[in-house]
Amino acid sequence: MNGGSVPSRRRFLSGNDAVAEGVRLARPHVIAAYPITPQTTVVERLADMVSDGRLSTEYMYVESEHSALSALIGASAVGARTFTASSSQGLLYMAECLHYASGGRFPIVMMNANRSVALPWNILGDQRDSLSLLDSGWIQSYALDAQEALDLTLQAFAVAEHPEVLTPVMVNLDGFVLTHTYEAVDVPPTELADEFLPPFVTANRMDLDRPKSLGFVAGAADNTEFKYLQHVGVLNAAGVIADAEAKFNRIFGRKGGGLAEAYLCDDAEYILITLGSVAGTVRSVVDDLRAAGRRVGLLRLRYLRPFPGKEIAASIGRAKAVGVLEKDISFGHEGAVYTNVLSALARGGNAPPSLNFVAGLGGRDISRADIKGMFDILSDEESPRRFDSPVRFIGLRGAKAGLA
Amino acid sequence: MIPMPRPIFQKYVAPIRAEDYPIGTVAESGVLLSGSADWRRERPVFNADLCTGCLKCYLACPDGAVVREGKKVVLDERFCKGCGICAVECRLKAIRMAAERE
Repeated sequence: MNGGSVPSRRRFLSGNDAVAEGVRLARPHVIAAYPITPQTTVVERLADMVSDGRLSTEYMYVESEHSALSALIGASAVGARTFTASSSQGLLYMAECLHYASGGRFPIVMMNANRSVALPWNILGDQRDSLSLLDSGWIQSYALDAQEALDLTLQAFAVAEHPEVLTPVMVNLDGFVLTHTYEAVDVPPTELADEFLPPFVTANRMDLDRPKSLGFVAGAADNTEFKYLQHVGVLNAAGVIADAEAKFNRIFGRKGGGLAEAYLCDDAEYILITLGSVAGTVRSVVDDLRAAGRRVGLLRLRYLRPFPGKEIAASIGRAKAVGVLEKDISFGHEGAVYTNVLSALARGGNAPPSLNFVAGLGGRDISRADIKGMFDILSDEESPRRFDSPVRFIGLRGAKAGLA
Repeated sequence: MIPMPRPIFQKYVAPIRAEDYPIGTVAESGVLLSGSADWRRERPVFNADLCTGCLKCYLACPDGAVVREGKKVVLDERFCKGCGICAVECRLKAIRMAAERE
């Protein structure tokens, strides 16, 4: 906090607790959710808040994730501020409604606990759930730590509800690694949160005095225009996110990182691009390697939609090689984040050799040694074959030092 | 009697520019962008002599296709899919399902 003029309330919170605090500060009218590991404690905390009077909201117990999001679409359609949370199988069960919500331009906010997708059954963290829904029309952000989880959650409402955006937002937290680990978090007072986030007002709603048609058909003659406007809404979010972060900084004294945050990339020869909580470990490895005289950097993608294409192209600079580290694989091709990054590099006209590091699947730890190994592969100029196959499964049993 | 206002339908004219389309699928009522009832095989026929105007058919209709005109209950053919729920729900047997063609 800056200068001590802003009241600070540091508390020891898990990532999930921090999301719940962010939701409380946003004062949603309606919350509907179905519990699923590792999201459960978010909705438990919110239920506690409703029960002890700290949060006044219509808290709906629903029978499934599909119903949770359907209920919120209805609530949003009368102009309510709404929140839900899910994960993995639950998020996928919602998938149909994700498109409904974004197509209807209902600015619902969701927290997703990034978790592996069955089969094999697994409740631990990876990013294959939300990344498989990049095309659902939702804005997607990925939190680094619990503080950022709170901040992104509160900001999500401001971004989603902005009249030039009107698009739902999914705030992603790495399952367990972030959702269930504790750290000191500054929880702003409600008066400041109210100053940051005014009540939701929209003309995009049911109104008995001015009857409207909702959820109508648009055939081949009109469909393109609706989809184009959805695209524009998500693109507009880039500027709205920047404005929201500037306002947030003015009120709370904490800067945001924009769509993507570069760390020591300016003179970096080798850059690792990643997202979510693992970026914290990468950052500390970058510090160690820098201390040893190696010119390495980190580019952390905070949002995947809208995609920080310009930020990526601008941060790569003189890099001799870049790696993309993600907890995802689009079978038969490469990780979804890698595909997106390559497209941004190609658009920017500067695409250095690159590798895709697939790691952390089903909750497997991504160690400092793993990350150092990624920088080693990127920078091993003695090995001309190091870019022959771009997709590397880190720690694959029986494979030579990270090579798949 | 409870008023039952229905928007007056206007002819749909496509906007000239994409930016003129509504944001999301929320727009002023009264424009039917695409018809969705032309595959109806049966239609309800209301018997005014048996009907007491209880409006149970109106409440049961999933498509809002039952309309009251004065004291009479009539069908809005633009929305009726011919499901027949109204005929089943009517205890007075004042609604009969009739084939669209034959």
